[in-house]
Amino acid sequence: MTGPETTSPTSPTSPQQAEDVEQEALVEDALVEEISIDGMCGVY
Amino acid sequence: MTIAVERPQGGRLVDQFEYGLDAPICLTWELTYACNLACVHCLSSSGRRDPRELSTDECKALMDEFERMQVFYVNIGGGEPTVRPDFWELLDYAVAHHVGVKFSTNGFRITPERAERLAATDYVDVQISLDGATAEVNDAVRGQGTYDAALRAMANLRAAGMKDFKLSVVCTRHNIGQLDEFKAIADTYGAQLRLTRLRPSGRGADVWDELHPLPHQQRELYDWLVANGDQVLTGDSFFHLSAYGPADGSGTLPGLNLCGAGRVVCLVDPVGDVYACPFAIHDQFLAGNLREDGGFDTIWKTAPLFLDLRSPQTGGACTQCSAYDSCRGGCMAAKFFTGLPLDGPDPECVKGNSETALAGDRERPGSSQDHSHTGTVRNAPVPLTLLRTRPVSACDESPLVSQQ
Amino acid sequence: MPVLPGAAWELSPSVSLRPEPFGALAYDFVTRKLSFLKSPMLVDVVRRLGDAADVEDALLGAGVPAAERDRYVAALGRLAASGIIRERVPA
Repeated sequence: MTGPETTSPTSPTSPQQAEDVEQEALVEDALVEEISIDGMCGVY
Repeated sequence: MTIAVERPQGGRLVDQFEYGLDAPICLTWELTYACNLACVHCLSSSGRRDPRELSTDECKALMDEFERMQVFYVNIGGGEPTVRPDFWELLDYAVAHHVGVKFSTNGFRITPERAERLAATDYVDVQISLDGATAEVNDAVRGQGTYDAALRAMANLRAAGMKDFKLSVVCTRHNIGQLDEFKAIADTYGAQLRLTRLRPSGRGADVWDELHPLPHQQRELYDWLVANGDQVLTGDSFFHLSAYGPADGSGTLPGLNLCGAGRVVCLVDPVGDVYACPFAIHDQFLAGNLREDGGFDTIWKTAPLFLDLRSPQTGGACTQCSAYDSCRGGCMAAKFFTGLPLDGPDPECVKGNSETALAGDRERPGSSQDHSHTGTVRNAPVPLTLLRTRPVSACDESPLVSQQ
Repeated sequence: MPVLPGAAWELSPSVSLRPEPFGALAYDFVTRKLSFLKSPMLVDVVRRLGDAADVEDALLGAGVPAAERDRYVAALGRLAASGIIRERVPA
């Protein structure tokens, strides 16, 4: 999940950040996403 | 179909969920307000049965609705659900009607015979409640003898061959230091550890100030979850702690990191009231009643409260914070019952943005209902004053310690 | 195991597939995995699998455009990896 500030204004995109952006794009492009049945808030 | 605000196409799952679903993914169903215990933090203020409880037939009709709606599973709780005489019959009915069940119990009634039966039943999971890795810490919150009862239940389940049942812990000021021990207990019994958040709901409102983790303990908990998270469940309770992670969101804890109330989950209470979430039992979060408003499906799809929760929420002041995308402003119920504004920070905001508000004057709404025991309870909570004396040996705390 | 266009697949019997405005949710009662299918067309493909001669047949029947084919086969691959769909055993 990306926040409003993903990189600082002065530093270049790091390899990790580039990979994260690519990973995010892959998730958004993929037609299937898996989540945990226990991962919903509001069930005790 | 849900009468919804225009929703975006595709994109992330979590964005879709904010607009709601045609049926809950899972939900909590409190079967009874009756309970043999009187835990100090009970989120449903349980103890005494409500005479208006749903009948066996009404419970079955509700499960028929769950089946039609394809609700995947139901967490059955209470009070203590096993005190209902029809509990085991209802469990069988759920399974026969394609509704998975996990039920939460204090373990008193999980006898060896019951454990055998549970181990042989598919699609039924058991969750044992425990709030201390020692009887001293646990019984102060849950009551005399409750630690022993929980471990006895787990031993029975293990002996019956039940695998991966849940050991569920509410994290408090007094047990944050016991996380490794909780993990060890879960491992001993072949259970999966679940850590959840203490919320100021029900009787929890009365003890929240003394029991909720301190800021440094929240950090400890977050670090522990990051280190052990893939083996521990949380029910997405701690998304407010994700704000400890870096601004790019890489330190987010597993889970949807989203308030599920009225969108993917909800609560059905023992008298058929439907609330947005089990931590929000209050008229403000009451969507309707099964008997009066046309049944569960109608309420889920059309209740004005739910439609409102499924429209874009204003994050208010929190949207300006760099951590907002991780924490989403925290827990609605926690804010409500501590008397904080819903569009402001969570009372346990890790950046300390609620400190001033908590220290100041605030009006705390009480619960809408209270089924607490009024007389003495056999297994009453043991006051924490005993903690001042260190036990001489581990055996002082638990007669079972030699068996671990 | 990759999902090959010429192979015959089906929805696993322990899976509950529930339509939603965005596509569907699929829950496997045995593995307890929950999957989110992000397009109604993908849901249509999955529903057709069991009766279709093979994957190719299901893709055609659902009207998957040629340009999207690889994306849909990849999605089926993910569903196969989590056990939501399985290869049909010849009768």
